Amino acid sequence: MAFNLRSFALGIADGSIKVIDLTHTLSQEFPTIVLPPEFGQCAPFRMEEVSRYDERGPAWYWNNITVGEHTGTHFDAPIHWISGKDLANNSVDTIDPAKFIAPAAVIDCSQECAADADFMLTVPFVESWERQHGRIEAGNWVLLRTDWSKRPYAGYAGLRDDGAHTPGPTPAVVKWLVEERDVHGFGTETIGTDYGQGQHFNPPYPAHFYMHGKGRFGLQCLTNLDLLPAKGAVIFAAPLKIKQGSGSPLRVLALLGQDAG
Amino acid sequence: MTQPLTRPKRKNPLKKTRLPLSPHAVRSRAAHGLTAAAAQGRFELQVCLDCKAVIYPVRDACPACLSARVAFAPVANGGTVLAETTVRVSTEPYFRERVPWRVGMVKLDVGPVVIAHLHGDVLEGQRARLQFKLDKGGAPVAIALPEKDTPNMADDPQWREMTCDPKFRRVLITDGRTAVGQAMAKAFSQAGAATVFVGVADGWKPFAGMDALPAIERVEIVPLDLTDTESVRELAEQNGGRVDILVNTAEHVRPGGLIGRHGLTVAREEMDIRYLGLVRLAQAFGPAMGARGADGVNSAAAFVNLLSVHALVNWPAYGAYSATEAACLSAAQCLRAELRPGGVKVMNVFFGPLETDWFQTIPPPKVAPATLANAVVDALKKGLEDVFVGDVAEDIRARLAANPKAVEREIGE
Repeated sequence: MAFNLRSFALGIADGSIKVIDLTHTLSQEFPTIVLPPEFGQCAPFRMEEVSRYDERGPAWYWNNITVGEHTGTHFDAPIHWISGKDLANNSVDTIDPAKFIAPAAVIDCSQECAADADFMLTVPFVESWERQHGRIEAGNWVLLRTDWSKRPYAGYAGLRDDGAHTPGPTPAVVKWLVEERDVHGFGTETIGTDYGQGQHFNPPYPAHFYMHGKGRFGLQCLTNLDLLPAKGAVIFAAPLKIKQGSGSPLRVLALLGQDAG
Repeated sequence: MTQPLTRPKRKNPLKKTRLPLSPHAVRSRAAHGLTAAAAQGRFELQVCLDCKAVIYPVRDACPACLSARVAFAPVANGGTVLAETTVRVSTEPYFRERVPWRVGMVKLDVGPVVIAHLHGDVLEGQRARLQFKLDKGGAPVAIALPEKDTPNMADDPQWREMTCDPKFRRVLITDGRTAVGQAMAKAFSQAGAATVFVGVADGWKPFAGMDALPAIERVEIVPLDLTDTESVRELAEQNGGRVDILVNTAEHVRPGGLIGRHGLTVAREEMDIRYLGLVRLAQAFGPAMGARGADGVNSAAAFVNLLSVHALVNWPAYGAYSATEAACLSAAQCLRAELRPGGVKVMNVFFGPLETDWFQTIPPPKVAPATLANAVVDALKKGLEDVFVGDVAEDIRARLAANPKAVEREIGE
């Protein structure tokens, strides 16, 4: 394909290619996934000042930070799930870097989710989306726009007596997206890629089980998905190169050309 | 009759805050026998093991028979006030600010005559109860109380100098998500605290009792996460000058020792919440508290650490937890030395297994959160430094005093 990277760079510089940040600020307050207390827990983001132009370092300011691999806006590698544990190049340090750039199909179910925190994405829902926007092409991220990122933290985490109530996909639709649409991965605004009550599905946590079982990726805690068109955005999502890492916090950017929409 | 305290007026922001001073604090090594007893609220004097004479002031040998075999032991504290006087002029900076100040001589029924501070409801010629208290500088001093409790006796200004009564003080309970934190909020509210700030981390995460907590009188919920340095600092920046008593209710109880645990995630969490949490609180709240130890009726008074008694001897079934608690105990000793010049007591409250979820499999006796909370309030009213709550804590204290090696061995079997 004839392509001119220089015009791409110029397009970014002159604004004809828009760059949209899909990342939450890594902050101490942002909710982290909650597991039953007898399981190991993902560390929330924490920051300790090393120095701030003071006796600890007179001319410089810097911090030591701690995070889990799945803290804040983050990437899930196939090795994260038991179904993907034996795949080749399944950790963040071994994934082909070309896979960190891919187009996205954005499925808007924000209205449905506003009415129902337990909204589940199904195959018919996606088929109906495809009738409007065209078939999801192979190698696309599928991003679920729920507007969940706009919620206050309590509603965002959605924790009740019986666990989290946040929208997500059914097992059937995840299997279908992988096998029938050959998608690149699945991305959400919620804390995980799975439905809040996804542990009760068969298999439990299907977005993790099927996506990672077939070497696909996950993105979660995304924001600004409402600024993306249904098709045409290109996602830049490169996790930190952590040795045998199962994922990492990262900066997720969407590029929108004039062809997008 | 003691005049009841009235709620202090709001401070005049144009006035300089009175800085803390201490009375003379130097004591002989032998006299720290009084410190040890006073810290735990016991009344002990030296008793000669040979002639049975009760000795005061503290000496290295018995003044009656010259035996060097003298040891502190509990004795009866009843006596009669022989004489009293009121100090109206003093050269001591601490007392200059506090005159008139009443002192007297108390003839104890067990023998010695003791020069003591006098509670306002004790008059010359009357029967009195003598107690040793740790004063603002942490040194043991005698104070004579009326023979029977009198109305408002806790409000006596001389007595209040030696206690950390929550009445009209502002309290920070650092973690309100736990049963202990919630019981503590109730107990301090009932004790007449002016404000009970209760820290809640991760407000987005529901917890048992979350609806009842803000309904407790004078409770104000504040965001506070002890694992987050910024959160602790922010609360101190806003409210640090309004915290007179800080009660660290942070807990992280998980069973398991060292070898059996898989990895360090839990151990790091334990240390982060407990030990580093304490360090964060000390750094954020310590300076303001230490500067406000003489700031009127609602001066800063106490920093309370809740500690497992297994800080004193490791309980291998909860071995990593015990180690963390030991780190907190050591830090608390450091903090005590750091806050002493500020007239702020560091109170360590030791307890055995609690009646909470994380000790579910442990058989009784266990300490109910409300029992612990009431014990904390009671100990503050008495101005203690070291408190043992419940049978397990009392038992371990006694056994450690007798034979620490035996405790170490038995507790691991």
